[in-house]
Amino acid sequence: MQNQFGRDAFALLVTAGVLVWIAPLVISTYTLTVLIVYGMLALSLGLIWGYGGILCFGQAAFFGLGAYTYAIAAINIGESTLPMLLAIIVPFIFAMMLGAMMFYGRLGDVYVGVITLVVTLILYRFINSTAGPQFVLGKARLGGFNGIPGFQTLNVPGNPDSYIWGDGLYYFAAAALVVVLLLVSWLLASPFGRIAVGIRENETRMSLMGYDVAARKTLLFALGAAIAGLAGALFANWAEIVTPSLFSLGQSAEIIIWCIAGGLGTRFGPIIGAAALAYLKFLLGQQTLVDNTVIMGLILVLFVLFLPKGIVPAVVSGWTTLFGRRGAGKATALRRNRAGRGAVSHG
Amino acid sequence: MDLFAVILVEILYSIASLILISAGLAVVFGMMKVINLAHGEFMMLGGYATIVAVNQGVNVFIAMLVIAPITVGLIGLVVERLVIRHLYGRLVDTMLATWGISLLFIGLATMIFGNTTTGISTPISGFSVGTYQINGYNFFIILVAMVLVLGLYIVLKLTRLGLIARGAMQRADMAAALGYSPSRIYMATFFCGAALSGLAGAVLAPLVGLVPTSGGAYIAKAFITVIAGGPSLIAGLASSAGLFGVTSQVFAFSISPMAGEIALLVAAVVLLRLMPQGITGRFFKGKV
Amino acid sequence: MIVNRRQLLAGTSALAAAGLVRPAFAAGDTIKVGSILDTSGIFDAYGKPMDMALRLAVKEINAAGGLLGKQLEVIAYDTQSDMALYTQYGQQLTRQDKVDVVHGGILSASREAIRQTMRKTRTPYFYNVLYEGGVCDRNIFINGVTPAQQVEALVPYAMGKSGKKVYILAADYNYGQITARWIQKIVTDNGGEIVGMDFFPLDVADFGATIAKVQTAAPDLVIAPLVGGAHLSFFRQWAAAGMKDKIALASTTLGVGNEHKVLTAEEGDGIMVAYNYSQDLETPANADFKGRWAEEYGDANAIHEIAVSNYQGVHTWAEAVRKAGTTERGALIEAMESGIAIDGPSGRIAVDPKTHHAVLDVHIMEFENQKMKVIETLTQRQPIDTQSVCDLRANPDDNTQYEIQI
Repeated sequence: MQNQFGRDAFALLVTAGVLVWIAPLVISTYTLTVLIVYGMLALSLGLIWGYGGILCFGQAAFFGLGAYTYAIAAINIGESTLPMLLAIIVPFIFAMMLGAMMFYGRLGDVYVGVITLVVTLILYRFINSTAGPQFVLGKARLGGFNGIPGFQTLNVPGNPDSYIWGDGLYYFAAAALVVVLLLVSWLLASPFGRIAVGIRENETRMSLMGYDVAARKTLLFALGAAIAGLAGALFANWAEIVTPSLFSLGQSAEIIIWCIAGGLGTRFGPIIGAAALAYLKFLLGQQTLVDNTVIMGLILVLFVLFLPKGIVPAVVSGWTTLFGRRGAGKATALRRNRAGRGAVSHG
Repeated sequence: MDLFAVILVEILYSIASLILISAGLAVVFGMMKVINLAHGEFMMLGGYATIVAVNQGVNVFIAMLVIAPITVGLIGLVVERLVIRHLYGRLVDTMLATWGISLLFIGLATMIFGNTTTGISTPISGFSVGTYQINGYNFFIILVAMVLVLGLYIVLKLTRLGLIARGAMQRADMAAALGYSPSRIYMATFFCGAALSGLAGAVLAPLVGLVPTSGGAYIAKAFITVIAGGPSLIAGLASSAGLFGVTSQVFAFSISPMAGEIALLVAAVVLLRLMPQGITGRFFKGKV
Repeated sequence: MIVNRRQLLAGTSALAAAGLVRPAFAAGDTIKVGSILDTSGIFDAYGKPMDMALRLAVKEINAAGGLLGKQLEVIAYDTQSDMALYTQYGQQLTRQDKVDVVHGGILSASREAIRQTMRKTRTPYFYNVLYEGGVCDRNIFINGVTPAQQVEALVPYAMGKSGKKVYILAADYNYGQITARWIQKIVTDNGGEIVGMDFFPLDVADFGATIAKVQTAAPDLVIAPLVGGAHLSFFRQWAAAGMKDKIALASTTLGVGNEHKVLTAEEGDGIMVAYNYSQDLETPANADFKGRWAEEYGDANAIHEIAVSNYQGVHTWAEAVRKAGTTERGALIEAMESGIAIDGPSGRIAVDPKTHHAVLDVHIMEFENQKMKVIETLTQRQPIDTQSVCDLRANPDDNTQYEIQI
């Protein structure tokens, strides 16, 4: 097992290195940075939804929370290292509390969806109504609809004047994504990850086997939130402004679409889905013939109807049919599991 | 005293509008266990249908109460045939597909009607209670909501159609064995649900104006109201709309409209934590 | 991205057909005018005519031979009413397209989102919209009315017509917040009293509870700096509740997006406003401007206050470029500070060297039959609110937005 993880990690590092090196030749690093950020955000939902079976309608809440935490802390501290860490920790703790409330209450699928949705709405409404001068945290005005511009952006640790931006930010974000991906791979290969998949498949059975289902789900949920928070902080650095729209339902919707299109239950599916769709949207933004939303909507409907597994599993199973390298049993298991959420187990 | 009356009307109006915006979703969810996330867009289309009809010279009440529901019902029918029927029994997939449909409709409406706020004037003028002025249109909305609840109750409880519908809702296989095609029942239900959404959108359009993205403002509220209501269709709808309507208006009056919105959302979280099956999952069991 | 290519192509091909422009531009042959506006989304009622105005102004300048022997080229981005897109496109305009000047921004939130980017990249920035005042930055020029020019004219007039008790309903972001405080100050200065104040996020569209709440405070006058499409429903619901004949209504924003043409006459009549421009100004300059606009776009219905501001902003900039003989930032700012002025559709607009704001005419108006009827004209008002806190000659490095303290 460990050995396989080692090989896996090595292959991942090499592929990532090549991709990070080649991509700027095709697309500008400014655009690439945001594609990476979205990839990380999609991965965060892919982890808890694809492997943990937790459908969170409010992943944007943690993304926004991370971005706001970073911005507020950066204004107050004036140096970016601690704010980056806070942007991971704050969403993590927030998700711990929210998750504990939901999972110890044994809420079902749809109810978890509703509660995460409602919490996102509360945050969005709240942040949107903080334009008044009374909403201040330290030196930072929350700014409501205006958002918070002009905070200290990423710098070399300990040296607030040497900024990491442009190409530097791109390489930093790419490295962060690779690290997160490695950690996720390691987590999924560990007993914790395997039990999480077990809980997704049959919660009752796992709890009868003596595992504390609520605690494990809460932790997984919080880990997803932490990754989303990191993505939020990177986004704040890229955009140089944070606005309430980070918390919006539209943002949450997009994350879900990325995961569905890319493929649930895979590590790369959500990332590929996010990067591909965000880039598509970016290209579509340059034409005015057809409204962008129409195309995003069509993509979602068509995927659910015709390719509910998403791109990556479809390609993998196509590969298997053609070259027969993996057992055929997996493909049928896949189809069966598709009933609610998706499914390829980690391999 | 006058003030009390004014606040009371506002609270009733708030409950009525929650019932209106949730009814379509509740029918579809209650009968088919399908959460239609394009519900808000059905409302938006109802609003546009009304405005287009009024601009063509149709009487505003006919436009709102007849044309809009039928138009949107037919659109719903098409959606059901093309998309939803392939996904029955897959709750999450239907949610995602209808989400896609909602985006599609927003985009199409933007292309057709543009992104500018449009609206029509309210057809009923205000009047005074003591020293206060009240929006007369509020009463119309309260009336429509009451007729709606009563109508739903009568159809479901007292007609043969309602009996079949309730039967199919509880045991689709038994209904099928008895010769009622579930496919046709679902189709009819979705038509009704969409028509109700269209009606709600049409009736609210004169008050709040309309942009293609208007639906987004309703879907979350409707979703919360329906889920919090729980399994019984009418009792659930009425009780959760009552609870949320009172909560939000009390906070809206005493603090600000924004506090009202947030209070509603917080109430929903607390409620779902305490009663994960919704209000009627604990009380009023077995009612329609 | 979004150089709106369709429009750009349509525009250039029309010009080329008219024989006004050489068909192809080589890089470096043109002066690049950056534009960043919400031409879609909930603020498009403001943004679309502003975009048309900018293109009209540029076309006129090009038809007259361009500037410094070069043609102007518009690089425009549509920010889709999303504040986050402003920073993104602002970066693109300055770092990638390297434009010579940026005109644009509508909401104050959008201005603050890009102002620092413009300053950092040393790109002269023109914000051509009425706003809450107080921005003190040598890199920016603003030609819209500020509270001292607008609110100070409007409030005494409105209070004179109604009474001393005032209720404020404002949009919940920097513009509404700061303007509300200005209104508060000016009402108190005029011996009035604020009986209530509420702020609304820009997506609030249901004002039922608010209208009831306003009645409990029983004011004589409601002043409403509300912004955008959703807030327009307030005026509808106000009329629907029959409040229009009971409590007087004034606004610092209504009509800026031609809302008086969207509201019916019954809903709009009697609402008091004060602006620098109205389509109904009966001056030869305005008639001429409306004629040119109609020639370009079919009819002149779309023109509004901030479209005219944007048009005048481009012409003011062009005037300064002519005077400086270059588009270079330092020389341009000096030319702007030399006290230049232009005569536009709304009358004379002079640049105040001390604050980079504008000295201009303000008209007190009332809505009447979907028009803005001029009641009183106050000529050449100074932006004294900003002048009292900002002196760019003494402190050229100042970079703050001063807010009124109460």
